[in-house]
Amino acid sequence: MIIGAGVVGAACAYYAGRAGLTVAVVDRGPVAGGTTGAGEGNLLVSDKGAGAELDLALWSAGLWRELAEVLPERIEYEAKGGLVVAPDETTLKALRTFADGQRAAGVHAVEVGAGELRELEPHLAPGPAGGFHYPQDSQVQPAQAAARLLAASGAEVYLGEEVTGFLLERGAVRGVRTGRRELRAPAVVNAAGTWGGRIAELAGVELPVLPRRGFVLVTEPLPRVVRHKVYAADYIADVASGSAALQSSAVVEGTPSGPVLIGATRERVGFDRSLSVEALRRLAVQAAALFPVLADVRVLRAYHGFRPYLPDHLPAIGADPRVPGLLHACGHEGAGIGLAPATGQLIAAALTCAETPLDPHPFRPDRFGPDRFGPDGSGPDGSGTAATR
Amino acid sequence: MSQSPGTRSPRALVGGAPVATYTMRFDGRELSAQAGQSIAAVLWGAGILAWRTTRETGAPRGAFCGIGSCYDCLVTVNGRPNQRACLVPALPGDTVTTQEGTGRADLAV
Repeated sequence: MIIGAGVVGAACAYYAGRAGLTVAVVDRGPVAGGTTGAGEGNLLVSDKGAGAELDLALWSAGLWRELAEVLPERIEYEAKGGLVVAPDETTLKALRTFADGQRAAGVHAVEVGAGELRELEPHLAPGPAGGFHYPQDSQVQPAQAAARLLAASGAEVYLGEEVTGFLLERGAVRGVRTGRRELRAPAVVNAAGTWGGRIAELAGVELPVLPRRGFVLVTEPLPRVVRHKVYAADYIADVASGSAALQSSAVVEGTPSGPVLIGATRERVGFDRSLSVEALRRLAVQAAALFPVLADVRVLRAYHGFRPYLPDHLPAIGADPRVPGLLHACGHEGAGIGLAPATGQLIAAALTCAETPLDPHPFRPDRFGPDRFGPDGSGPDGSGTAATR
Repeated sequence: MSQSPGTRSPRALVGGAPVATYTMRFDGRELSAQAGQSIAAVLWGAGILAWRTTRETGAPRGAFCGIGSCYDCLVTVNGRPNQRACLVPALPGDTVTTQEGTGRADLAV
């Protein structure tokens, strides 16, 4: 039983089904109705420093390549590559150190000179000192990807049914209760994304998932004007930051259907759905600074969502030792689309007691606790990536 | 718009007359426009029903809702693509051209 019909829930369903399990998925809303449908569909390795999350992302990148072969073309898988732009020599130096660590982990990172930048992206503003090209970065249309993955899983799906409680037997989870019925299962996976903390609470455990709001601007349809996923180097610092204040760095990419997507803002304002003009203004200004051609392009709309954020920027994946029968697969922050397949593999392995190519220990869901969590934002044993990037 | 005998327009009923009449161009043709008319009204008045082609199949498009909601009537006005013909007033000397796809093929890389 999987709670959550976002991309992570869909991937858990897909790989659990392939491992021979009978799977059901329940969600209070539609497929991809939460954070999955509010993202850009990034499958990135470039923004992650060496560490557990990068290992998960690299494994996932390979799995997405495989999935792209078997899922319908509508998922719009594009191995477009990422391009990180450094405005000055100091930033470029920092990027070099960052890339060295990534290379050791298996990332392809190619330094690009100032002149070559404009060969890769002809509309890029002149001026940046240089940058890095990451050929492994890719993109999918996230809602389509989640829906096709879920359909391919063969899971039974209950949509529009909110989980209101757990069925417990001698302290162990034996299913869930919804407004309409009881669904019995020997194991329940919490893949409720940003709302995963509430599901954990229903089972009597704490999982400190916090929402981190982000806006995306959508331009009018254009021919291909941006070839890669292009972003300013300060985006990497924003991703790793734990600040509650509004942060904004330009992340610009084209889509097969024409519109250019412009992100990315991060702020911790709870589940506030009101529009932030300041956030949209910053996105527009920064995108036009990176790609002057966009200054004259119309923005059709903006959307926003809530990244599921855990204090050490790592997801919670695996069995919860505090409640037998409960597993978690949530808290992927802004990387859920990219990390979904490897997460699904780890969950399927946990359910079938199989070996995995990756040590799931850094993602254990019980690593947080009042006395186990350091004030520097790192995990109990310093495994958090925040300090290293 | 010329008045054919026997038909009564709202303007004829109240005895109104255009403040000004001038010309605009559409794909090289010279069209007569009256002050206050939208570009879509001028094109319709001249019997032109389509002034854009879709991005994927190149199918013809013109005015659909006529009130600015559907964005089907997009057209290039004085070199600027994606203008809603049903809302943009026709001005003296305007050059309107059929918009192909996004109307921004020149930006493609």
